[in-house]
Amino acid sequence: MSDSTSTANGAVVEVHHEHPPYQRHHFESVDQQFDATNFAMWLFLLTEIMFFGGLFTSYLIMRNWYYPAFVEASHQLNIGWGTANTAVLIVSSFTMAMGVWSAEMRKKGMLILFLSLTWLLGMAFLGIKSIEYTEKWEKFHVPGLHWSDSSFLNPASDPEVYSEYHDKPLAPDMAAKTEMYFFLYFAMTGMHALHMIIGISILTFMIIRARQGAYTTGHVTYVENFGLYWHFVDIVWIFLFPLLYLISRY
Amino acid sequence: MSAATIVSLPDQSTARIPKMNFLTKENGLLSWLLTGDHKRIATLYLISISFFFFVGGSLAGLIRLELLTPQTSLMAADTYNKVFTMHGVIMVFLFLVPSVPATIGNFVIPMMVGARDLALPKINLLSWYLYIIAGFMVIYTMAAGGVDTGWTFTSPLSTHYLNTHVISTGLAIFVAGFSSIFTGLNFIVTIHKMRAPGMTWFRLPLFVWSNYAASILMVLGTPVLAITLVLVVLERTVHIGVFDPAYGGDPILFQHLFWFYSHPAVYIMILPGMGVISEVVSTFSRKRVFGYTAVAFSSVAIAVFGFFVWAHHMFIMGISNYAALVFSLLTMLVAVPSAIKIFNWAFTLYKGSITFETPMLYAFGFMGLFTIGGMTGVFLGATGTDIHLTETYFIVAHFHFVMVGGMLMAFLSGIHFWWPKWTGRMYPEKISQLAAIVTFIGFNFTFFPQFILGTLGMPRRYAAYPPEFQALNVFSTAGATILGVGYLLPILYLTWSLRYGAVAGNNPWQATGLEWQTQSPPLTENFPEIPIVDHEAYDYEWLERQQEKEVASVG
Amino acid sequence: MSEQNQPKEHDQEHHIVSPVTYGAILLALLIFTGLTVWASYIDLGAWQIAPGLTLFWNPVVALAIACTKMTLVVLFFMHVKYSRKLTKLTVASGFFVFIVLIGMTMTDYFTRAWGRW
Ligand SMILES: [Cu+2]
Repeated sequence: MSDSTSTANGAVVEVHHEHPPYQRHHFESVDQQFDATNFAMWLFLLTEIMFFGGLFTSYLIMRNWYYPAFVEASHQLNIGWGTANTAVLIVSSFTMAMGVWSAEMRKKGMLILFLSLTWLLGMAFLGIKSIEYTEKWEKFHVPGLHWSDSSFLNPASDPEVYSEYHDKPLAPDMAAKTEMYFFLYFAMTGMHALHMIIGISILTFMIIRARQGAYTTGHVTYVENFGLYWHFVDIVWIFLFPLLYLISRY
Repeated sequence: MSAATIVSLPDQSTARIPKMNFLTKENGLLSWLLTGDHKRIATLYLISISFFFFVGGSLAGLIRLELLTPQTSLMAADTYNKVFTMHGVIMVFLFLVPSVPATIGNFVIPMMVGARDLALPKINLLSWYLYIIAGFMVIYTMAAGGVDTGWTFTSPLSTHYLNTHVISTGLAIFVAGFSSIFTGLNFIVTIHKMRAPGMTWFRLPLFVWSNYAASILMVLGTPVLAITLVLVVLERTVHIGVFDPAYGGDPILFQHLFWFYSHPAVYIMILPGMGVISEVVSTFSRKRVFGYTAVAFSSVAIAVFGFFVWAHHMFIMGISNYAALVFSLLTMLVAVPSAIKIFNWAFTLYKGSITFETPMLYAFGFMGLFTIGGMTGVFLGATGTDIHLTETYFIVAHFHFVMVGGMLMAFLSGIHFWWPKWTGRMYPEKISQLAAIVTFIGFNFTFFPQFILGTLGMPRRYAAYPPEFQALNVFSTAGATILGVGYLLPILYLTWSLRYGAVAGNNPWQATGLEWQTQSPPLTENFPEIPIVDHEAYDYEWLERQQEKEVASVG
Repeated sequence: MSEQNQPKEHDQEHHIVSPVTYGAILLALLIFTGLTVWASYIDLGAWQIAPGLTLFWNPVVALAIACTKMTLVVLFFMHVKYSRKLTKLTVASGFFVFIVLIGMTMTDYFTRAWGRW
């Protein structure tokens, strides 16, 4: 806000060559502005990589320590829902990429369509996630709040999972460690879901702005940078899916 | 001290502070609270970090007073624990980390690279607001009863045994962390993308290089601390987690994650200070910094090596012998780039025409004290000696030599150096030279005895100690009093100088940086027009030619 | 996609990837997702490297597929293939430090079992 006013009443009367309204005055050119904000977004994603890095490290170490508990606990996750969510997120990444493309090609209708599709798919992901969370709650698999390790002391008490995996009962001290798995499950997917919620909120704002024609006049930086964020969140899930759902089947 | 000086001030009878500058541009509180101007944000930061420095400093005073006698005479042991914890938290996260980058760096880096502002002014302002939120959360914590884990939040102490305000402090540091990430991110983008035409990487002042290196550490290290603190907070709220052995967690995992940030954090704190010293040493010996390229790359080398050494904080904590060996060797490696810097500053002084203005006195203080601090770091990096010395006052003395003797000296050096640019007025030279000397003497009295106490085996973090350690502790407390005077003086005379200081003119030090080639205080846009750079950094001959040209054109 | 001989660097930055490419990448990602789920239902066995140190192939394959998917997303959806060197370097440094965090921490955990010398 202050940027645009400061040139107007500045002491130095400076003849700016013509530049588009979205160029902020401390940049020399639109190219420089695009480069700078794009680079800043990448640096922010580096921060995000390291933020999730702490969680991944904890997960790897704890999985090595309490391998049997992590294996049996992960059998409680539904691979069907996990696969569906992976597909949903990948398609949403595609629609987001197409959104960026529409902005670059200055196709307003297409942009709104693809942003809205991305928004819908993001919501679908959260919907499926909340179905999974609800199931965890019902089965007393929410660590610290609604917890019981009886499904691991006596796997046969959970016929649905037992019929598929035929897990052996865990010793009580190992069964207690399944709570660690679910702690990390909730911490990692929860942190990821938080990023999704933030992303969807920004998307809502962007759809409104896109309808006003904000991104189809050549100023694609905002859409492009948001796209990077959205793809990054997708990548986090691409790793969470095998680590949490898949690798403990065998 | 010789009377020689390089200070050249304009004729005081005619000189005026330019009417239009970044301070007078707009008035009113809102024009400050909503500003995008990096110089105004730097000013806001300067005021806020000075406030927290004095809060943290008062706590340090309380610690030293308590340690005057062997018994717990001034406060109970658990109060003492809270006092040293709050001292550490405030000094590390609210003073040292933002000290040079967010104030001086914020103020001069855009000018040094020849830009109108940082690349992302709004993010810069956001960074200050996050800092303020973190500050309020820390104040809340103190008012509510404090926290007593030590600034390291060691688990399971922080996650299991204590019932003090770990959560609010942890979240405060989380927020402060993002403030520092945004500052670092902004610097990296600015240095890459906003350089003026002709300003190549190897024409950048070394202050820019060292802040660049520190920014890399901020961006890549700080988030690991953030997630670690989130996990601590979660562990305290849901009573299950990855750190507490009672829940099956591993306290050493906490140490790994914590020190993955907190070792690089040491370089976040010291690297920008080293940048200040490069500027000051060059200006006050009228010579290009010896081995410019080596000094520039040593900053980057420190940043890169900084990611490989964190486990030297964990030698006695049960990590494997083999890992300890590797981390110990890598730690020795970091000493190399730091030594490169010290030697290159020494060679810069060699045959230079040295003058002893206040910034230079502080810089000398830095070089001596940082060398001692760094060398004792090598003792601690060696696994054998570490086992004897760690968790004693030797550690306390070591990092205070680096952080206070090094970083704080560099900060004060920089504040004095750029004060004329910032305010347009000179600080009073004689009394500030006195303050620099008082600080140096007070510092040595305070912290040198602690090396001896440490080797004698006095453990840190206790309110009471055996009576045979009293003599040295009295020395230390007496020194702290002198040190306190040394820190109060600048506040007084710098405030005085805002109104009564001599008008500085554009370039009182005859320095070569681009920030000195514009008016003081600068315009909001920094430069009437973006400069085109055609000379190397620290080219004093270029400066002379430039001034001759000006005289000729005026004549 | 093949115009690599752009004279100015920033032209590459604004390279517009065609929807056909995006579609192909989407298809590849979905196929890899199917593949990784399918592979998880098969016991791929293990490799006994040394007594007490076993490498299970299932996690290795799952993570290899995840890395491939990530590479596709980064290169095409995030345009890194068409970006300037600085962006590539930024991405690389991010992964490097991530690996340092995990790798160096793991050196401690894995060598603890070796005991003292
Ligand atoms: Cu360290």
